[in-house]
Amino acid sequence: MSLKIPRYDINLEPSMSKHPDFNRKSILMHTQSGFKSEIIAIVPLTAHEKLFHIRICDPCERENFAFLPGQFVMLELPGCGEVPISISSSSSNKEFIALCIRKVGKVTGMLHRLKPGTIVGIRGPFGTHFPMEKMVGHNILLIAGGLGIVPLRSPIYWVNEHRSDYGDITVMYGAKEPGQILFGYQFEEWRRIYGLNILTIVQNAGKGRQGKEGIITDLFDDIDIDSDNTFAVVCGPPVMFKFVCAHLSKSGLPRQRMFVSLERRMHCGMGKCCRCNVGSTFTCLDGPVFDYWTVMNLKEAI
Amino acid sequence: MLFKTITRENFKKMVEALMEENEVIGPKARDLDTEGKKIYRFLKLNSFEELEMDYTRSYSSPKNYFLPFKEDLAVYDLHDKGWDQDIHYTIHPRVIIGMRACDINALLKLDQVMAKSVYPDPYYFARRRNTLIIGLDHEPLEDCFCRSMNADTAFHGFDLFLTDIGKDYFAAINSDTAYMILNRFDAKDVTKEDQFLYKKVKSRIESKFKTQVTITILPELMDLEFESEVWKKWGDKCLSCGSCAMVCPTCYCYGIEEDIDLDFSMAVKRKFLYSCNLLDFATVAGGHNFRPRADVRLKYRYYHQFRGFVEAFNQSLCVGCNRCGKACLAGISPKVVIDDLIETEKR
Repeated sequence: MSLKIPRYDINLEPSMSKHPDFNRKSILMHTQSGFKSEIIAIVPLTAHEKLFHIRICDPCERENFAFLPGQFVMLELPGCGEVPISISSSSSNKEFIALCIRKVGKVTGMLHRLKPGTIVGIRGPFGTHFPMEKMVGHNILLIAGGLGIVPLRSPIYWVNEHRSDYGDITVMYGAKEPGQILFGYQFEEWRRIYGLNILTIVQNAGKGRQGKEGIITDLFDDIDIDSDNTFAVVCGPPVMFKFVCAHLSKSGLPRQRMFVSLERRMHCGMGKCCRCNVGSTFTCLDGPVFDYWTVMNLKEAI
Repeated sequence: MLFKTITRENFKKMVEALMEENEVIGPKARDLDTEGKKIYRFLKLNSFEELEMDYTRSYSSPKNYFLPFKEDLAVYDLHDKGWDQDIHYTIHPRVIIGMRACDINALLKLDQVMAKSVYPDPYYFARRRNTLIIGLDHEPLEDCFCRSMNADTAFHGFDLFLTDIGKDYFAAINSDTAYMILNRFDAKDVTKEDQFLYKKVKSRIESKFKTQVTITILPELMDLEFESEVWKKWGDKCLSCGSCAMVCPTCYCYGIEEDIDLDFSMAVKRKFLYSCNLLDFATVAGGHNFRPRADVRLKYRYYHQFRGFVEAFNQSLCVGCNRCGKACLAGISPKVVIDDLIETEKR
């Protein structure tokens, strides 16, 4: 009689034959099988940032792909590498997702050299999202510094599409120089059609520029925060969080109504590689969107 | 749980029969250390004689049969119209003989992350389900502190667990496969005498633990002593080599690298085990390092093991095998670091 240990073929598990759905986290699936996607448009924004419109090739996978504002995807260029990028488009857009990418490393450098039509892979969506449902009926304060406007574009689209659900929407946006302001071409539309109050400020205005010069917290002088009825969403470089959140706390905003989106190194997006470890948890699972109370309990989060 | 006894001769026959049709891994003497003592590793066995049933501690843990140091996650065929991805999971069965209770507990902890948590890892899952585990009891070494970590006994996570009770092995059986195999080699029902011997061995093992580490208040202590000088003291010694993570039975963090063929026809996505002590562990594109100092990285290694993992899974990640303490070139071991932390608390 044979003593061969029975062979278990994981591929025969029913869930393994389906299209991976990263929203169904507990299901066994091909976790490394990305959705083949085509870059359908590349929009240069500044000298270092480009906006990529990416469309999942398979109609069924495209239909199933659903995300909420604040979530991110792992974007893979086979042979080059994989990077976490937050989604910067409307969650109701089923045709493509927009990813705004700064040329900063090996993979992003290569992405900047690509032409429309290139096939890339995306896995996701991963991570937590901004609590758009909880914010219904409230004013929202969206505060972005530099590249931080990118993940905030998704909640802005959401708010615009559900405009009557929300109260006053204020967008505060700070950049280093006027030339580094991203999506400025959309501000007029957001103001006139959706009635968003958009305040911008730059650190170095340069010669002859109209508008404010200073740092992001200077903009707090121009607004009144109704602390009983406001949610705040903050995203920007690490140094910005502390000052902005301190200011918001001082104005009486409860910490559980302040949300930040953090950034760390990631290799998997699924809580396995440990690279995005922040305090006692992982940015990819419990983040990137954290409320400020949680952040205060995570060592060295900001 | 069901129990049986098997004689040494029959055990030998069983292992040899298993070896004929399966890949069998077990502790093998690989080299000698400076004192002339054997250094053991879990390796493929070619004969029963290679199996060291009396081995002390394997230098690295058998986790690498579930989480290999390097592993190809996907292979890409690149062509004019784009690329195609090919993914393979390990599905050939394997037997591992001689795993200690701590190593089995380590696997149970890895199961929590890799199989039972969000996004079950198919690569790990396939290996785990295709591995038959035969555990083996032993008397603790001088520096084993698995008892403090509640990892000195295993009740599940294995197929068969053997305890040497003199002329026979006392076998705890945890799977049908193991039960069938065992019965084929004339395993006997447990007698009153066997039970008595088994309990005696168990209490002897229990009495031999010399090293103790107090971890009851450790999760809180990790936060309270976050700025402690203890981290600086040990962090300054740390060489940031990552040896501790390589030999650890529970460390699972990794990195991904992608390689492309010189003729651009093939690419591969490769996973390699990493260590949170390595310099660029938390470096993001653009060069910012969230943990630039060795003491901060060392602190987070402990923080994950005794705080982060406890928060997520209600147990510490460490199983108390002290392999990291043995492998560390700077003499850093969990026992001394934790004792130091508790001492500062007392002051």
